[in-house]
Amino acid sequence: MPMSVNGEDQKLPADPRTSLLDFLRHAVGLTGTKKGCDHGQCGACTVLVNGTRINSCLTLAVMHDGDEITTIEGLGTPATMSALQQAFVKHDGYQCGYCTPGQICSATAMLQEIAAGWPSDATDDLLAKPKLSGEEIRERMSGNLCRCGAYSNIVAAITEVAGNVS
Amino acid sequence: MSHVFEMQKPDERNRLDAMKQGVIGQPMDRPDGIAKVTGTATYAAEYAIKGCAEGVLVTAPFTRGRVTRIDAGSITGMPGVIRVIDDARLITRSAQAAAGEAPDQGPLTVHYFGQPIALVVAERFEQARDAAMALKIEFDADDLSDVPLDPAAVETELIETTAQGDLEQAMKDAVHSVDLTFTTEGHASAAMEPHAAIAEWDGEQLTVHASLQMPNYNISELADCLGLEEDKIRCLSRYVGGGFGSKLGISPEAVAAAIAAMELNRPVRVVMSRQQVFQTIMRRTETEQRLRLGTDADGRLTAFGHEARISNLPNEEYTEPVVQSSQLLYGGEHRLLQIELARIHCMTAGSVRGPGEAVGMPVLEAAMDELAEQAGLDPVELRLRNIPDKHPVKGIPYSSRKLAECLEQGAARFGWDRGPRKPRQHREGEWWIGTGMASAARAHSVRPAQARVTLHVDGTALVETDMTDIGTGTYAILTQIAAEMLGLDPANVRVDLGDTRHPRGAGSGGSWGAASTGSAVFVACEAIREQLAERLGTSESALDLADGSCTSGGSKKSLRDVIGNREISRIGHFKPGELQEKYAAASFGAFFAEVAVNEWTGEARVRRMLGAFGFGRVLNAKTARSQCIGGMTWCIGAALTESLLFDPVDGHLVNCDLAEYHVPVHRDVPHLETILVEERDPVASPIQAKGVGELGICGGAGAIANAIYNACGARLRTFPMTPDKILAAMPE
Repeated sequence: MPMSVNGEDQKLPADPRTSLLDFLRHAVGLTGTKKGCDHGQCGACTVLVNGTRINSCLTLAVMHDGDEITTIEGLGTPATMSALQQAFVKHDGYQCGYCTPGQICSATAMLQEIAAGWPSDATDDLLAKPKLSGEEIRERMSGNLCRCGAYSNIVAAITEVAGNVS
Repeated sequence: MSHVFEMQKPDERNRLDAMKQGVIGQPMDRPDGIAKVTGTATYAAEYAIKGCAEGVLVTAPFTRGRVTRIDAGSITGMPGVIRVIDDARLITRSAQAAAGEAPDQGPLTVHYFGQPIALVVAERFEQARDAAMALKIEFDADDLSDVPLDPAAVETELIETTAQGDLEQAMKDAVHSVDLTFTTEGHASAAMEPHAAIAEWDGEQLTVHASLQMPNYNISELADCLGLEEDKIRCLSRYVGGGFGSKLGISPEAVAAAIAAMELNRPVRVVMSRQQVFQTIMRRTETEQRLRLGTDADGRLTAFGHEARISNLPNEEYTEPVVQSSQLLYGGEHRLLQIELARIHCMTAGSVRGPGEAVGMPVLEAAMDELAEQAGLDPVELRLRNIPDKHPVKGIPYSSRKLAECLEQGAARFGWDRGPRKPRQHREGEWWIGTGMASAARAHSVRPAQARVTLHVDGTALVETDMTDIGTGTYAILTQIAAEMLGLDPANVRVDLGDTRHPRGAGSGGSWGAASTGSAVFVACEAIREQLAERLGTSESALDLADGSCTSGGSKKSLRDVIGNREISRIGHFKPGELQEKYAAASFGAFFAEVAVNEWTGEARVRRMLGAFGFGRVLNAKTARSQCIGGMTWCIGAALTESLLFDPVDGHLVNCDLAEYHVPVHRDVPHLETILVEERDPVASPIQAKGVGELGICGGAGAIANAIYNACGARLRTFPMTPDKILAAMPE
């Protein structure tokens, strides 16, 4: 089966060494997914695989036969921005913009994880429904580095959207 | 037409505040924001260029010596391999800030572990990466016992001394004094976008998409590296994924891509790996600093000594200006400020965000905290008492300075308790809670800058300069300056940046970009206003422009009618003039932090942080605040986690990635509060603005250090203050 990227089928690469990240950026031509470290340390390459967030640099493209990949381009376009994308603009939840697609992809899945009741290190009661607190958001977003230091604004953007979701 | 404005005297006209559009300073969303959040902003490596080959740099696996053979034959049979580039023009390190000429070339002579020595080019990235790893090289490495690596073990060179009066005697005579030695570890810029370039050569013209902070200097550096005339080169940097000093000078991947593209006659892309960025670009030097501060009975400084030892590679001119703000922040008649340099063979030391103050200020402010304790004075009060009337050495006046306002307003908003301070007074569970504060200071400077502004016949404006936006908000602020001056809705202003075909801006560095290039846009707009006034038969000062209308002497006309079919285009050329020698100009501020320290693990967490800053006119309250909180985030890293670790045996950088070099992550950073103190600085620039990109990192780590002491009683004199160090210093 082919891989689907933002709803379009893509033929898997011939070279098994190709990471999902390089496949998206080079073969598919979707450069919204960023390479910051290539080692799963920065989160800039975060995409959704069947709805779950993943560092696309840590997985090979050929492992995603039949998977549905959603990248930042699939979450919203300049004409049809998602609520998170709009909130990042409003709250200046970026500066250079390089970590931003990863932050937004990560936050999109993260809010679903909270809604699904997944606990985190910041969750006091593992059996209770996790709260949409700043501390929960910070903990769950800690895999997405931002060297410009926009964290405070990113959390504000996510909190605004989370408030509207809950 | 070019219009020159040279800053010969303070510009008291304050033209921007006289304008009518009302957009300057507003917290406008960035015009480039939508592209950034939708993944449609194109960074250096992301241009789809047909037939583009991929290059991967090969680096030296030894510290000092010579590469004797690069065996291209060892990889010629590998799939996709095109060529090994070992051209003598390859550079061994990045150019320093504003160099304007080639850095060290000739990669076969190796000066540090990890130095680029060759480029492997292949059809695809995976092929180039494998071949680069397989490439056989032979080398003569110098005996490591002869290679200096420890800055404390080599004889130093005296770089800079400011001496006044008799510091030794003043220290003896002082009523209260401290004599303290601190250390800080090296820092990495670690911009999120690794250095990358795509070069194209058409036989005549070289086009390079690269991640550059200052194309205005980088084009000269690249031309010098390649032996090409500048008019044969075009550099493009429309989006830059962070710089923080690391992209100030032309870097090895751009030169390698250019040489390869010219040799192969096809486009070549070179993207550095994260490890290569860490190992080859720039480090902020480690420092050892001695602070000698002495006061009279009232806590007024009489003795001020700040000496620093820094390091760099042999033959590198850059020296971290550690004592830069110590020159002008506080008084004290008897002074000694000094920098000594140790030559070692660890990677190049260069500019990392806030060079000088980023390590000098936290140390000064930690020493001030110890002085306040000894003098029995509130730390805020000690600082307020020591704001000098004039520059303590040069005797020249300050331009505009809001240090006292920042201290007062910051303390009030933070809820700073000015009562007596003692450590270990507040505890929550296993956490000690404490507060600390520090001043902020960062030298102001401006550079020559040019920008073209064109008022089109449809009533929209276009701003063009090779200035960059590295996340700083250049697209936003230049839009607002032009919109304010020309009376336009910002939606009708387009800003085109990062293209060396445009007039040369000032580049993004040294916090001078906004004030310098913003002033160039201002000057161009003034010239356009004069042309409009001439067409209307009035004077520029009598002309009100707002919402696409021109009003003068009671009559109102639409701007489009005044433009008619004759668009107006002007280049504004801003020159700093000699004012910088006549006034002491700097941005100032104050940091306040609340920190929790774990009794059992020594872990420190910043719970609350506030910064109050005065940096002249705020051009965009949203992006300016972002610059401030970005700097404050760096303070958290500098205080608690960031430290480059070099192998003492061969000097290689051990923690050369983002897993081992610990930049702050989301959970390390609480909500950061800022106060942007209202200020206009007529000396700083004709737009009354100073720099803000670095101010936020200049001192705040000291506030966190002081809060750690106030929380748990651990008085550390070494940054970063990691749990092991805090635990060892914790009182029983």
